[in-house]
Amino acid sequence: MSDRMIEVADLRISFSSAEVVKGVAFEVARGETFGIVGESGSGKSTVLRAMSGLNESWDGRILFNGEAVPKRRSREFFRKVQMVFQDPFGSLHPRQTIDRILSEILLVNRIGEIDRRINKALSDVALPQTARFRYPHQLSGGQRQRVAIARALIAEPKVLLLDEPTSALDVSVQAEVLNLLADLREEHGLTYVMVSHNLAVISHLCARVGVMQNGLMVEQTSVEDLRAGNVSHPHTQELRRLSVELEDVPAEPSSVSQAKPGA
Amino acid sequence: MLTTFRTWALDDTPTSRRQAAWGRRYRIWLALRRNPLAMIGLVIVVFFGGLAILAPLLAPWDPAAQDLAHRLARPSAAHWLGTDELGRDILSRILYGGRVTLGMVISIVIVVAPVGLVVGCVAGYFGGWIDTVLMRVTDVFLSFPRLILALALVAALHPGVESAIVAIALTAWPPYARIARAETLTVRSSDFIAACRLAGASPRRVVFRHIMPLCVPSVIVRVTLDMSSIIITAASLGFLGMGAQPPSPEWGAMLAIAKRFMLQEWWVALSPAMAILLVSLAFNFLGDGLRDVLDPKQN
Repeated sequence: MSDRMIEVADLRISFSSAEVVKGVAFEVARGETFGIVGESGSGKSTVLRAMSGLNESWDGRILFNGEAVPKRRSREFFRKVQMVFQDPFGSLHPRQTIDRILSEILLVNRIGEIDRRINKALSDVALPQTARFRYPHQLSGGQRQRVAIARALIAEPKVLLLDEPTSALDVSVQAEVLNLLADLREEHGLTYVMVSHNLAVISHLCARVGVMQNGLMVEQTSVEDLRAGNVSHPHTQELRRLSVELEDVPAEPSSVSQAKPGA
Repeated sequence: MLTTFRTWALDDTPTSRRQAAWGRRYRIWLALRRNPLAMIGLVIVVFFGGLAILAPLLAPWDPAAQDLAHRLARPSAAHWLGTDELGRDILSRILYGGRVTLGMVISIVIVVAPVGLVVGCVAGYFGGWIDTVLMRVTDVFLSFPRLILALALVAALHPGVESAIVAIALTAWPPYARIARAETLTVRSSDFIAACRLAGASPRRVVFRHIMPLCVPSVIVRVTLDMSSIIITAASLGFLGMGAQPPSPEWGAMLAIAKRFMLQEWWVALSPAMAILLVSLAFNFLGDGLRDVLDPKQN
């Protein structure tokens, strides 16, 4: 918690005439995981895409490691900041083998030792070496998401942007992937920003949470306060109430909350 | 040998990219083999291709040798398909004509498919004014009837095989550009393309290495289905005297000359007509089969 890895200030994003992100600001310390929750359409994924460099039309300031990034990112930027997408079925090229998918960033950036790095990336995410020359359609959803995480990690970035990394997965696989992400964070000293609409997922991984509604970050709080119900904004209270109600339904126990004792 | 390849290609855990790629290709071939019509088409296409390549070995007569004493002879042991108005052996002319007609078609496709692919992918990926300019040019070419534009171009150049190839190529690429563009639009905003951009890949690399391979299957299918219409356009140009020039044996030109004695000496017209029909039909069957196995939505 010593220094700031990410700083976002007065971030505004408009699509045609509608402003979907209206001045969002937050900071993330090195090694911390910051969660962004909100309903669909609250602008949380849009914030992430602007931070990743996919969306180049935004206003405000985004700083990584103390440096303000330009709208059009350099190649070096992508070595430091990578993203994991929501849908593992749509984020892997359907005609490329896992090997080809993983080597793309290494080829583009002329990073050597491709063989060794791919093997290491696969073992980092606990995928068998036999998966290396398979096509995405030959893998399960959880395995695909592991490939997507391996791809994001292979160039040894400092920051990982996670766009609902578990919401397209089976509940039983969600916990696995979340635990994997937590392990990788320790191992590689990564900083995460994770977007989700699921408070259980967020509280499993994040220390601090920002709540978004209608393009505004209405409240920032720690996960402990969130669990304790120690929140001030009505939207946060509502999200919390909804998530507690969902978890209390006995017929559908969320394995994510089971995986986290005391959640 | 074949079984070794089979087990190697179908291995569930390939150990190299090459093996994985061949595995995919082999599975597509296995799927295609289950489609009887496509296989009939493939056999006919290969058969005619083989005949054209081996024409000098197979042709019983010189295709240009005239024998005025035996003009318009009925099919016989000496001339299996009869002779034409100058006493030339029709079978030999069909065999050599395959070289001209199929050669034209293949050169057209080799020129046209990559051009259409590049134009479509670039227009679709970059959008904006690049898209507008490229697609309006495409529209201009699309709005002319293919044969008429080809005729005008050939007339402006000079009648002959080369001009016919240029003319048909110029009029045949727009549909491929359209298809490639449509295909590109469906994948350009997908997450896997976003991931390539996040790898720092240049737009050029994204288009040529990641998007274009996805558009190739639909273009291949369209090319195969288009083959028949290209053959017919090539033959029509020959028929109208704007394609291959006599004495070069081209199926369309042969048909054009034969129309004068179609009613009395029917065999003169029958053979080139059957050749055109069979090859066009075969390409259509093959294209249908390919569409079933290459459809990106299915695998």
